[in-house]
Amino acid sequence: MSKRLLLIEDEPNIIEAISFILSRDGWHVASHSSGTTAMERLRAEPPDVVILDVMLPGRSGYEVLRDIRDDPSLAKIPVLMLTARGQTKDRELAERAGANLFMTKPFSNTEVLEAVRALVPAT
Amino acid sequence: MISFNGLVVICLAYVAMLFAVAFTADRFARKGHSRWLRSPIVYTLSLSIYATAWTFYGAVGSAARSGLEYITIYLGPSLVMFGWWWLLRKLVRIGRSQRITSVADLISSRFGKSNLLAVLVTILSVIAATPYIALQLQSVTVSFEVFANGGGTDTGEVVGRNTAFWVAIGLAIFTVIFGTRNLDANERHHGVVMAIAVEAVVKLTALLAVGIFVVWGLAGGVSQTLEVIEASELGQWQVHGGRWAGLIFISGAAFLCLPRMFQVLVVEAADEDHLRTASWAFPAYLMAMSIFVVPIAAVGLAVLPSDANPDLFVLTLPLSQGAEGVAVLSFLGGFSSATSMVIVAAIALSTMVSNHIVMPIWLRLAGGRATISGDVRNVVLTARRVSIVSIVLLGYMYYAVSGGGSALAAIGLISFVGVVQVLPSMIGGIFWRGATRTGAVAGLVIGSVIWLYTFFLPSIGIEVFSERTLAEGPWGLGWLRPQALFGIAGLDPFLHALLWSLALNALAFFGGSVLSFPTPVERLQGAQFVNIFQHSGGPRSWSSGVAQTEDLLIMAQRILGPGEAIALFRREAERQGVRGDLPEPRPDFLETLERELAGSVGAATAHAMVGQIVGGTSVSVQDLIAVADESAQLMEYSARLEAQSAELSSTARQLREANDKLTRLSVQKDAFLSQISHELRTPMSSIRAFSEILRDSGGLSAEEQSKFASIIHDETIRLTRLLDDILDLSVMENGRVSLNMREGRLCDVLDRAVAAGSVGESDEVSLEVRRDRSTEDIVLYTDLDRLSQVFINIISNARKYCEAAKPRLTIRVREQNRALAIDFIDNGQGIPRDSRDVIFEKFARISDQRAGGAGLGLAICRQVMERLGGTITYLPGQGGAGFRVLLPRKAALAAE
Repeated sequence: MSKRLLLIEDEPNIIEAISFILSRDGWHVASHSSGTTAMERLRAEPPDVVILDVMLPGRSGYEVLRDIRDDPSLAKIPVLMLTARGQTKDRELAERAGANLFMTKPFSNTEVLEAVRALVPAT
Repeated sequence: MISFNGLVVICLAYVAMLFAVAFTADRFARKGHSRWLRSPIVYTLSLSIYATAWTFYGAVGSAARSGLEYITIYLGPSLVMFGWWWLLRKLVRIGRSQRITSVADLISSRFGKSNLLAVLVTILSVIAATPYIALQLQSVTVSFEVFANGGGTDTGEVVGRNTAFWVAIGLAIFTVIFGTRNLDANERHHGVVMAIAVEAVVKLTALLAVGIFVVWGLAGGVSQTLEVIEASELGQWQVHGGRWAGLIFISGAAFLCLPRMFQVLVVEAADEDHLRTASWAFPAYLMAMSIFVVPIAAVGLAVLPSDANPDLFVLTLPLSQGAEGVAVLSFLGGFSSATSMVIVAAIALSTMVSNHIVMPIWLRLAGGRATISGDVRNVVLTARRVSIVSIVLLGYMYYAVSGGGSALAAIGLISFVGVVQVLPSMIGGIFWRGATRTGAVAGLVIGSVIWLYTFFLPSIGIEVFSERTLAEGPWGLGWLRPQALFGIAGLDPFLHALLWSLALNALAFFGGSVLSFPTPVERLQGAQFVNIFQHSGGPRSWSSGVAQTEDLLIMAQRILGPGEAIALFRREAERQGVRGDLPEPRPDFLETLERELAGSVGAATAHAMVGQIVGGTSVSVQDLIAVADESAQLMEYSARLEAQSAELSSTARQLREANDKLTRLSVQKDAFLSQISHELRTPMSSIRAFSEILRDSGGLSAEEQSKFASIIHDETIRLTRLLDDILDLSVMENGRVSLNMREGRLCDVLDRAVAAGSVGESDEVSLEVRRDRSTEDIVLYTDLDRLSQVFINIISNARKYCEAAKPRLTIRVREQNRALAIDFIDNGQGIPRDSRDVIFEKFARISDQRAGGAGLGLAICRQVMERLGGTITYLPGQGGAGFRVLLPRKAALAAE
């Protein structure tokens, strides 16, 4: 059974790109483009791994991540943060909020794939 | 023949009438009906106290002895009156503004409120006035004697003295009652002035009656009278030019300097304008007084026995003819002349004595406490009353001791020469700012001493100067002969005394003034007096703050009376805007108060009294200048400090502002960079991701390949547009944009914008644009392309964000005040209230929807409108999103 991945991102083209790459690697990719309702979606269908964008409409990715870590049922889910802001400050913020990995846009497709694979070891 | 007792009764009745007049006038004045009492005619008549018994009786005597010489005595004052504009007007103005109470006060006030000068002038005036008062008493006594002798009653010297004594007592009582009713000299003595005016009328009537009786009753008509005059020796008397000039001068000068004349002329003057009337009316009065003098003298010389006293012709002539009525009238005329003079002289002198001698001594004895603890008002009044009685009695004693020997006119002249010693100081004081106290004292002392030595003392008789002293000088020193100083003999004793005393007086005054240095108060007072018509401010400043207003009030109550003092303080408090009755002891108030007090107790005393309370008896201008200098320096220093501190704080503020700005800029720059980074990285992510897919992934369908390639293409365009916008905004923000100003019609600009804004519109949902072209026919002068860019932005926003089923945009054009308003209103949901203020910020995107914009559109619009001198604002309450573009009027040229 393929691993489920939730992509929380608001840029349609990026959603399409990541979905295409990961699907071809056997991932079951779902996407959600609002920060506000992201937690409901996560609780409703808890994925095996989350790719989280920082700049989301409604709520920032950091807030969503903090909620994930605070929710016992979701706390263990590995999270890869993607951000268009590549400053050190942003990386620190992401780490403090509990991100497992942090990547800056534009990203390399291979790196994303490897990162996701690393986060969810095959069982 | 009327009996002596009958005459006494008539006299008493006349006096009672005077009392009644004075009393009624005072009552009227108190009720406020003083207008009539203060008419120019009353003022003019009151001046007639110049014509005393000396003139009433003596003029005829003088005419009998020296011909027309008596005219000189009238000419001097007439000249002074004619020239009122130059001298009297100034004196009256000074007297009123400085609240001068007497000649002594005038001199003292002018020369730095010097009490020494006031005392000198007072003493001189008393010495000069005493024989004159004696003369008046004598004239009354003699006239009584004439009646008594005529009536066959045996009267001796005892009766004469008794008469003089009782007359003196009566005058003293009258003067005390009506002269010391009001303390403030400036409240004036209405009763006294009115009584004097009545007496002036009586005098004139009496003399005219005697004259008419003599000319028409005795001589038998005008022509016969002229014959008598021709026949007499009167017309043949030679004119002594020097003596005449001297007499005219002395009478004019005395008219100004005599304390009693100063009293009626200046102190009692109700209105400066009265001088205008008096300037012709008073000379006219004097002329009427003198018109019958020569006929009476000539007829008297012809009719009466050769040993008859010509000084009494006025009385003896009608009496010898049995015209008792005329005689009694004449007697009353003489009586009036004498009494009015004594009354006014006593008032004037008592004011001087009490203000300048008694009060200073009393103040010194009582010490500083007295000004607030003692009843000064009573002291002043008592001092004045005692002074009046003393002065009148002094006159009586002089009369009793001298025995009344000399001819009346001679005594008058002695007195005149004495009082005119004040003239140099007075004239010099009000016309020459360089005059000083030292000069005034020197002149007064030297003039007075010479007057006493050459004129006054010799006149008393051989008790003072023996025949030998007169002839050979004291201790045989010939150049010191009293009537031939420095060996200049052969002059008329009067002229000799006048020339020497006044010449040396003036010389000493001038020399003393030039050689000495005026004190600051003197200098200020000098300026006040000399330039009285330019100045009307106070004489000098008190430094306030130390004074206790309450103490001042207590003192003022003692002097002015409680009612008036409280009224004065309350007025002042109101003027200052202070609550309650006690004003602040500000300098101007202290000056006002001092001047009020000066009206009661004289300038020097008032100055001293206020000084005792305020602290420091005299605030010298030097002190004030020193204080002013010091505070000026302090102020300059503190102003410099202030300027420096202001500069510092301004620099600090600028630094702070610059720092804030830098911080803000830095934050903005960070935010901007971070935004730019995000906006650039996002499309770049898609481009990279899809190009990698296209490169790395095999087996892509043609469809997929085409789709991914077009995504890359779109994102590239998006990137380009973003860069364009950023550059555009950056250029505009830096103000480097150059506007391409052109003329164009608003409707054309809108047409272009609507067309461009609808580019790429899908067919199923098209934005309907509603316009009212009739309102758009407006010629603009602006950067049409930039304006169009703004319109396009708004229209494409509406197209992108209006979520209505049938999106509609209404464009309304309206002229508003000085601006042209173009409103764009759609029928969508509008912009939420809390987002309205951010939509014009860079990268502000409020909708979740992807719209492809970088969020720079409205920010650019705002910048554009700013450059065009207008605004773009969100227009709330339109039922949808509303934007208002405001163009300044100058950009919109009316289409007419």
